[in-house]
Amino acid sequence: MADRTRIIRFVVKPVVFLAGLGPAVYLTWAALTGHLSANPLSDVTNETGVWTLRFVAITLTMTPLRRLTGWNDVIKFRRMMGLYAFFYGMLHFTTYVVLDRFAGLVEFPGGIVSWTTVRSLLKSIGGDIYQRPFITIGFTALVLMVPLAITSTAGMIRRLGGRRWNQLHRLVYVTAICGVIHYWWLVKADIRRPQTYAAIMAILLGYRVVRVFQESRRRLAVRTAAPVKP
Amino acid sequence: MLIKRPADIRSSEITDKKLYLNRRQFIQTAGAIAGAATGVGVLTKGAAVLHAVQPAAHGRKLDNVKKGSPFSNTNGEVMNTWEQITTYNNFYEFGTDKDQPAELSRNFKTDGWSVSVEGECAKPGKYSIDDILKGETIEERIYRMRCVEAWSMVIPWAGIPLGNLIKRCGPTPKANYVRMSTLLDPKRMPGQRLDVLEWPYVEALRMDEAMHPLAILAVGIYGEALPNQDGAPIRLVVPWKYGFKGVKSIVKIEFTEKQPVNSWQKTAPREYGFYANVNPEVNHPRWSQASERRIGEFFMRKTLMFNGYGEQVASLYNNIDLKKNF
Repeated sequence: MADRTRIIRFVVKPVVFLAGLGPAVYLTWAALTGHLSANPLSDVTNETGVWTLRFVAITLTMTPLRRLTGWNDVIKFRRMMGLYAFFYGMLHFTTYVVLDRFAGLVEFPGGIVSWTTVRSLLKSIGGDIYQRPFITIGFTALVLMVPLAITSTAGMIRRLGGRRWNQLHRLVYVTAICGVIHYWWLVKADIRRPQTYAAIMAILLGYRVVRVFQESRRRLAVRTAAPVKP
Repeated sequence: MLIKRPADIRSSEITDKKLYLNRRQFIQTAGAIAGAATGVGVLTKGAAVLHAVQPAAHGRKLDNVKKGSPFSNTNGEVMNTWEQITTYNNFYEFGTDKDQPAELSRNFKTDGWSVSVEGECAKPGKYSIDDILKGETIEERIYRMRCVEAWSMVIPWAGIPLGNLIKRCGPTPKANYVRMSTLLDPKRMPGQRLDVLEWPYVEALRMDEAMHPLAILAVGIYGEALPNQDGAPIRLVVPWKYGFKGVKSIVKIEFTEKQPVNSWQKTAPREYGFYANVNPEVNHPRWSQASERRIGEFFMRKTLMFNGYGEQVASLYNNIDLKKNF
């Protein structure tokens, strides 16, 4: 078994880690070599967003997969998948800030590199988050991932204690829901993709709801069945 | 707490432990792989696989296209390339992704096309493309095109003034609006197999808008016949309005008394109006219209009122509130 642990740690994990970087590497390559559409900036923004949702979904699949198959090793990848969701979420936000807000400032009265630019950029981002519901909800989804990323280390889990840590990390459910709504509200008419993600998230979150019910029923059953011993 | 029960299975019936473990492991592994495969399949299903789509083929030159129209003034802005104009299209009849029309319209045949003229006019009937172009001079018109999605292009159209055709149809005094619709044929237009919009696509103009010399029926770009993905064989171009007003692959022109409801207005009346004039002061509820990205550029530019054609068209709207009539 020690061998198995080592293989996971030194072989499988690095491979999965590199695979997770794949989409980012591919997008960079495609953008630089003209393999994207005539509007590559919009492609990069869209794709990083979609990959964020995918990694949120993958992260939420880990626990059910482990429970249903008894394949305990998958749990060793949950943190990495969660951090990748955060990574792509941050990339998505960065592309939005640079390609949409910064490039959309149109005028740079104090020169491009100046405090005026920083101020108007912050104002532009703030105004957008405040005014446009789909940005508001997308930003919420991202912000909720920040405490999860910060508390993802072993030291943090120890400091918080397993139970509190678990409670905190349920925030990812809210991120999943907000992320799907963000996508849904963005789309003009063809909602098939947001619908697919909504269905996936519904299954993954529904599984947890069902489990909570089953658990409480089981506990109740055990309590009533237990003979009272002196 | 442990509840002990007597064994009710004879030991001979119990599967050998080794076999049992193997089988369990097999089921688990198979289950996990199947689960993972389904997961990956569902997640990537319908996702845009990014690849450079082929631009339209060259080769169908239009004869006698007259250049140098006074309406072609784009203030020295650079034209977008043939490749950009033929690979980045909103043409939902051939799919809702920008690169789908280029691909899915490749085998679209427009031979024997005719446009049916109907409604409040003296000369209704079927007009072939040749009928429509007969006696007309095809002009090059270099126009800015502003999409409602906040991107824009500069496109050298080739076409005739819509007003010329309208005059020939002899509209009656009751003809207040011109309603135009796209071909309805899900066999040839695969995007119509999904009800993302109500088919056929419908657009309309007020009569004075339609008669304005800037409004054209385009039959080409860059001096060549209109590629399928850009609305072959004939489409509307109204440069002071958002791109979606430019109904493509037109098969019907109808003169009406009442104001028609255009497709996008029907789908989302809060977001898209009848007029759809380019207006940086009226925001789309979900995005700003104050600026736009010219395809091929990094920094965005300010969106101009009426897409920069205010001098020519602003007088059409003296009597209406453009904030209400967006």
